[in-house]
Amino acid sequence: MLAKRIVPCLDVKAGKVVKGVQFRNHEIVGDIVPLAQRYAAEGADELVFYDITASAHDRTVDKSWVSRVAQQIDIPFCVAGGIRSIEQAREILAFGADKISINSPALSDPSLIRRLHDEFGRQCVVVGIDSFYDAASDSYKVKQFTGDEAATRDTQWYTLDWVEEAQTQGCGEIVLNVMNQDGVRQGYDINQLSKVRSVCDVPLIASGGAGTMEHFREVFLDANVDAALAASVFHKGIIPIPELKQYLRDAGICIRNDQPLQA
Amino acid sequence: MSETVIIDTGCANLSSVRFAFERLGADVSVSDDPVVITAATRVILPGVGSAPAAMQSIRQKHLVEVIQNLTQPVLGVCLGMQLMTEYSTERGEKDQDTQCLGLIPTSVRELDTQQLPTPHMGWNQLSPVMKHQQPHPLFAGISNGDFVYFVHSFCAPVSDYTIALSDYGEPFGAAIANGNFMGVQFHPEKSAAVGSRILQNFLKMSKATLSGGAA
Repeated sequence: MLAKRIVPCLDVKAGKVVKGVQFRNHEIVGDIVPLAQRYAAEGADELVFYDITASAHDRTVDKSWVSRVAQQIDIPFCVAGGIRSIEQAREILAFGADKISINSPALSDPSLIRRLHDEFGRQCVVVGIDSFYDAASDSYKVKQFTGDEAATRDTQWYTLDWVEEAQTQGCGEIVLNVMNQDGVRQGYDINQLSKVRSVCDVPLIASGGAGTMEHFREVFLDANVDAALAASVFHKGIIPIPELKQYLRDAGICIRNDQPLQA
Repeated sequence: MSETVIIDTGCANLSSVRFAFERLGADVSVSDDPVVITAATRVILPGVGSAPAAMQSIRQKHLVEVIQNLTQPVLGVCLGMQLMTEYSTERGEKDQDTQCLGLIPTSVRELDTQQLPTPHMGWNQLSPVMKHQQPHPLFAGISNGDFVYFVHSFCAPVSDYTIALSDYGEPFGAAIANGNFMGVQFHPEKSAAVGSRILQNFLKMSKATLSGGAA
C-alpha cells in the first residue's frame, strides 16, 4: 500500500531554518543540512524547503545548499521560493532536488506551471497555495507574496478554482497551506482540505495547523490527504517523528517502516 | 576508469544517483563516452522526464547500440527502466508509441490507478518475486512489505520478467530483469535504508557474478 507521508517543512531565510507564527516574527531554528539529516534519520518521508523571503523580495533562493542537502540525505526533497523561470528550476533540479514548488509566480503567470510541466515532467512540479478563510464571505481565497507581511496581497482566485486551474496547467502535486492555521497548532483545517481533496486528482499535501498527533490522524483519515506537512511541532520537539509514525500505524494508517524488515 | 558508470543521457537529473553511490563509497563517474561506458564493471541508466525525449537524446548521442551491446550488469532507474523495454505508449510529438532499447522483452503503458491520485507518488511496498525460494540478487535482504519511493505515471505490467511487484490501483512491475539488464521503477537513491541495500546489492554484481548465478 502507498504510505501516507510525514513531511517536515524547513522555512529558509538567509541560509538558516526559521519559523514564524502565522507567517510573522521569524525566529532562527537551526542550520539547514544538520536539520535535514536529523529529520531523515528520524524517519521523515520527504522534506520541503521554502525560501520564504524569495518571492516577495524579487530574488531566487540561494542554491548552494541544495547540492549539500542532496549529497547528505537519501529521501526526496522539494525546493520552493521565487522560482519563476525554466532556467531557475533547471538549476535547482540539477543540484539534486526532486521537485520544485511554485506559489506566487504561478499566480502572476499560470502558464509557468505548463512550461515547467513540458520541460521537466509533471512529477517534479508542485504548486503551493496559501489559502485564507475569509469569514466575511464564508469562502476560501488565495493570497500571494505571503513570505513578507508588507507585500502579502489578496488575489482574485477562490481556492477551489485555483486548485483546478493548477491541475489543468499540469502540476503534479499540491501543497495547501491554510494560513489561519499556520503555526498556531490548532489542527489542520479538515473541512477545507476535504473540499480541496474532492477536486484534487493529484497528490495533496496538507499544511498549517499541526499541534498534536491526533491532528495528523484526523487529516489522514478525515480529509484523505496523501501527506501532512508541519514545521514547529518538529522543530520544537513537541512531536518526535518516530513516536508520531508509530501512533499513526496503531491507528491503522499505512506508514513507512524506516528500515528493511529483515535488518 | 570508474568501476560504476552512470550514463549521461542528457536529460536526467544525475546528481541524486551519483550522490547515492558516493554515500556508499563507490567509485562512480558520469559519462556519455562509449569507451568509458563499455569498460565499466557495471552501468547505471538513469532517467527522469518523458520516454520520447530521453530516447531522442540517447539516439543523438549515438548510445543506442553501445547500451544494447553491454554485457556487464546494467541497472535502469525509473524512466531508465522503462527505456530498457521494447516500447512505451508514452507519446511524443509524432503521436506514436516510443521505440525503446529492447533490452527486456516487455513494454510500458500508463498505470491504471483506478481513480487514486496520479502520478503514483510516494513510498509504496515491494514484493520481491521468488524463484527457487530466492529473490533476484538485486533484492537480497529485502522483504515483502519493505517501502521504496516511487514517482511515475507509466509502468511495466506484470510479466515473466517482473522481479518485484508493487500495487497502486493495479499490481505492476516494480522491477524487471533479463540477464544482465535490470530495471527498477522506483528511486533506490531516494529510498533511505531499503534503497541503499538495493544499490549495495547492485554494487556486488559484475560479469563474473552474473555468469556464476542462475540469472
